[in-house]
Amino acid sequence: MAIVANDLSLHLSGFDLLRNIDLTIEAGKVNVLVGPNGAGKSSLLRVLTGEIKPTKGDVLINQQPLNDWSMQDRANLLAVLPQHSDLNFPFTAAEVVGLGRIPHKTGFAKDQAIIAEALALVDASYLQRRLYTQMSGGEKQRVQLARVLAQIWQPSDLGEQFLVLDEPTAAFDLSHQQLTLSIVKQLADRGVGVLMVLHDLNLAARCADNLVVVNGGTIEASGTPKKVLTKELIYQVFDVQSVIAEHPVAKTPLVIT
Amino acid sequence: MGGHSEPSQIQSIIMEIRLPRLILALLVGAVLAILGAVMQGLFRNPLADPSLIGVSGGASVGASIVIVAAGGAMLSPLAGLSMVALGAFIGGVITTLVVYRVATSSLGTSVTTMLLAGIAIGAIAGAFNSLLSYFSDNQMLRQISVWQMGNLGGANWQKASLMAAVSLIIFSLLPSHAKSLNAFLLGESEARHLGIDVQRIKRQLIFLTALGVGVSVALAGLIGFVGLVIPHMVRLLIGPDHRALLPASALAGASLLLIADSIARVVVLPAELPTGILTALLGAPFFVVLLLKQRGEV
Repeated sequence: MAIVANDLSLHLSGFDLLRNIDLTIEAGKVNVLVGPNGAGKSSLLRVLTGEIKPTKGDVLINQQPLNDWSMQDRANLLAVLPQHSDLNFPFTAAEVVGLGRIPHKTGFAKDQAIIAEALALVDASYLQRRLYTQMSGGEKQRVQLARVLAQIWQPSDLGEQFLVLDEPTAAFDLSHQQLTLSIVKQLADRGVGVLMVLHDLNLAARCADNLVVVNGGTIEASGTPKKVLTKELIYQVFDVQSVIAEHPVAKTPLVIT
Repeated sequence: MGGHSEPSQIQSIIMEIRLPRLILALLVGAVLAILGAVMQGLFRNPLADPSLIGVSGGASVGASIVIVAAGGAMLSPLAGLSMVALGAFIGGVITTLVVYRVATSSLGTSVTTMLLAGIAIGAIAGAFNSLLSYFSDNQMLRQISVWQMGNLGGANWQKASLMAAVSLIIFSLLPSHAKSLNAFLLGESEARHLGIDVQRIKRQLIFLTALGVGVSVALAGLIGFVGLVIPHMVRLLIGPDHRALLPASALAGASLLLIADSIARVVVLPAELPTGILTALLGAPFFVVLLLKQRGEV
């Protein structure tokens, strides 16, 4: 099962934001989108998650069109973490994570257990009773990550689940970047299809099963990082000269600029 | 009243005048405060209040038009409701509809546009009000300004039952939206990803607010402060979770308006003060104390 995009195009206010995109986000795989600013990564995420209707083409989740799922069922299958969340109300971290349990009817005790586990997973147990409005940027982002994790904490009867993350590591220090990647990998091992936007090509190379390069509203290349990350492609897409080496331990490509 | 009233007279004062007024005060206070909490959640802004969607401004104009058109004379009431109240309700509902239409496109209702449209329509309403006041004589002017200060003095059983019916609708529908409002605080697209039908709920909440505030303003005039500050105060005390915030705001709003109205009734005997003056005078200092206390904790 998968999220499948067929021949997606998006025109908004006179601009071609996406052109004829075919993409498959397989369950159990880590899919990473990279590309320069304005390439259409965020537009693609918004179309894939049903926030904007494409001008042409369609999106299927587990073989059923996105809009045929009820809102509630879709929320059981698909959790989305935006780049920024401006939450200005003094919820505690536990309350924010608890919002991720809204689509579920598992009861108070079960929800509390999941909230605590999700916070522990993102190294934020110490934030449980703290107010969201008083946290640092990285702490807020970790709490939000725990929220979307809590949303798909348990497998669903409706089919494979998907997690979409828009630049999840942007506000994180080195150790929390690594933590995020390991969480994402664990989820993929459990069968969740992960789609995330990353800016750091080396981070992307380390964790992607499928690396998708977006440029000018189309998909420039996709496949394993080893296949996709070439000197020529990086020059063509990012206009930057680079050397591709191999990570001495992970054996993944290492882009040196 | 002195100490010479007959028992039957006392009974009729309590039953016909005091009791409906007390009920009206409790219900208007509860409705304004709970809808204030709803608006602050919907607009994701702790400074929002029910007047933001244009309902109070429109109600003012409606009331002023009726007062001026009647030439300051007292119009005969219709089913226990004054024509001024009717004008206020119609004015409030029309402006809310305009604000809602302006902010709604094929993509849904934009709360940001709604906020701005509310300010624009509010400004137009303010200008109309000034215009009407400018052409009013002393008698009309006094009526307009007393109405705008908010007054529960004209309470009767018809008003109290109308308010009770509206409150019943609001209090039975709102609690089911508490979770959705919590999700709204994250942002509309986040709420959608949590499985919430954002547009449908937004429409329902705006409708309930127009109804509740429209009727409250029609029956009791403009009573400020309750809708804006009560939810804010309650949030400082118990946090932003709407499952607790909504009922607690209703209770606090009801209490404040009841206390304010009781004081307004007796403080300058034998005359009465407009209730709206007292709500702010009583509530604001308490609010400042809460803010100072919070500042100390942070």
